[in-house]
Amino acid sequence: MTYIWTLQALFRRYRRPGDIVFAWIFFLSALLLLSRIGSQTQVVDGNKLFAQPRFWPAISLSGMAFFAGLHLFGSAVSERIPGRWREVTIWLQSIEYAFWFLAYAIAVPWLGYLPSTLLLALLLVLRSGYRSGLALSGAGLVALVVVVIFKSFLHVKLPSGAVYELLPDGLRQIMLTYF
Amino acid sequence: MLMRWDVLLALLVGSVGGVVIGAIPGVGPAVAIAILLPATFSLQPIVGLTMLLGIYGSSMYGGALPAVLINTPGTAVNALTTYDGYPMTRRGEARRAVSLAYAASFWGGMFGILCLIFLSPVLAIVAPMFGSREIFLAALLGIILVILAHRGQVMAAGMLAMFGIFLQTVGLDPVTYTQRYTFGATWLSSGINLIVVVLGLFALSQAFLLLVDKDDSPHPQSLDGDLTMGFKELFRHKRVATVSSGFGVLMGMIPGVGEFTAQFLSYTYAQKTSKNPELFGKGSPEGLIASEASNNAVPAAAMIPLLALGIPGEALTAMMLSVFYVHNVIPGPQLFQQHLDFIYALYLSLILLNLIVIVFLMVATKPLTYIIRVPTRFLGMIVLVLSFVGVYSLRNSITDCMVAAAFGVLGLVLKRLNLPIVPIILGMVLGGIMEVKLRSAMARVKTPLDMIDRPIAFLIFLSILFVIGLHVRTLVREHRARLPELDHDMHDTQQR
Repeated sequence: MTYIWTLQALFRRYRRPGDIVFAWIFFLSALLLLSRIGSQTQVVDGNKLFAQPRFWPAISLSGMAFFAGLHLFGSAVSERIPGRWREVTIWLQSIEYAFWFLAYAIAVPWLGYLPSTLLLALLLVLRSGYRSGLALSGAGLVALVVVVIFKSFLHVKLPSGAVYELLPDGLRQIMLTYF
Repeated sequence: MLMRWDVLLALLVGSVGGVVIGAIPGVGPAVAIAILLPATFSLQPIVGLTMLLGIYGSSMYGGALPAVLINTPGTAVNALTTYDGYPMTRRGEARRAVSLAYAASFWGGMFGILCLIFLSPVLAIVAPMFGSREIFLAALLGIILVILAHRGQVMAAGMLAMFGIFLQTVGLDPVTYTQRYTFGATWLSSGINLIVVVLGLFALSQAFLLLVDKDDSPHPQSLDGDLTMGFKELFRHKRVATVSSGFGVLMGMIPGVGEFTAQFLSYTYAQKTSKNPELFGKGSPEGLIASEASNNAVPAAAMIPLLALGIPGEALTAMMLSVFYVHNVIPGPQLFQQHLDFIYALYLSLILLNLIVIVFLMVATKPLTYIIRVPTRFLGMIVLVLSFVGVYSLRNSITDCMVAAAFGVLGLVLKRLNLPIVPIILGMVLGGIMEVKLRSAMARVKTPLDMIDRPIAFLIFLSILFVIGLHVRTLVREHRARLPELDHDMHDTQQR
């Protein structure tokens, strides 16, 4: 009993709300990946152990499962702070912004970099609760500055918008090259 | 090389940009470097690197400003500056605290560069002694240090470092051409791109974090008057400044350790040797100097393992390593023999950036206090828009954006739980180095003991044993220190 108690004391730590949820997810993911090592990696005849394609995935996943297991144990024996599911809700809320990001990435080749950036900046500012003219004009200005710096000056590799093809000749060329 | 207009412009943009980015709480140099990384690939190596170096070396100067004025560090490594900087502001000494932070940062920065320059001849001799097995062992030491350096979070750091090592194994094995953990998906055959992971974990996660956070807009005190006064006061505490910078250099040179340990050692030293130790944490100028001098000495020192061995000590140098590789400049033992002009250009640019930054801060600190006021969610929108440039310009790939978004969510969870992100990045970089070097080393090794039969390999091996031994000793001591209380509790509850 004393040994168990000592072990608990050794692993006890400060944990934030939601810590144990993440610890479980990470531990189970490590076990799941480790269980697939036979089908997802190969052993090549004639190669030394260290040169086997399976060697490093096996080392890393075993290490991941080992440390994740101890992290989970530490989480289980540490004092719980309430608010676990509220915290998980915040994690899930962030997925909404991941979709905003992906929608932006899909829109750029169609609408063009400048219009997509302006649209995203304005919509995101409205979504974040800003309604003032200063915030909206600030968002527009930020979008314009970002496009001018990266596309017009640094010529970063970004596709031109398909809608630019509908513009009159002179303007189309400028938009294709700089915006 | 440095007298070219494009190099000087890159240095200016990087230095000034780094200060501005550092001054905005919630952005930080890792986010900025991650975003700018793909943009620098189209530039020449010295141009791209000086810009990133500028951001890396100058962000901590800017980060001191909100740490002193609003008790919020601009970058994570300025956290200790709040201990003494903010109490000084509260008692009406904001100008003194800010100018002292700038002076200490400058002292630490220049000290680090001078050490780097004076160590170069030694590096040029020692670096070629590193073969495959020495580099493998040094990378292994780096992984062990990055895990053990996260005190109180060793298990989390361990699992995340292992996750990073696993990520770099995904895809086509470069020697045997077999698939590893691709699950039949063709897009995974080329592996998981380090820069996409970096952008997701650092930049996108920060954008998501700011966007889901409650909105806030800090209002710092206004700063008027001369800011050079700090140099005079720093001179009175030159011993603390020099020793702290020395700790910064030492800790910066060791992969995986970095600013936090350097600050801890410097602060402890400053407090123990101070005539007024009771003032520490309540507005001690020596505490402020110890914090800022040590963290600013680290960037130059962190370049030592990167340039000499190709081993990054932390996330920012890991990102810079990818710029080296893109331009076919391979850091490591041969760099000092084949690209000495490049090395000296880097040293000079580090000196110049410190000069540019200190002049810029003397004239632009007041406008910088307005930048601190950008509201949280508005800042999130800016970071999200900028992150897109970094991810999408790499290969114009929606798949990259999806991977980055997934790592962005993971990064948000880690940040909310206060779990470290850096082990994942170092795991990816050092894991790749370990795999390649172990393969080439084992071709000439017959027994495991042959791995350590050369002097440097043996020394690194001893260092590994020492580091692990030291950690176990610390754990046992901490545990023993807690035991009486625990025994007492058990006796009270009659559980024995």
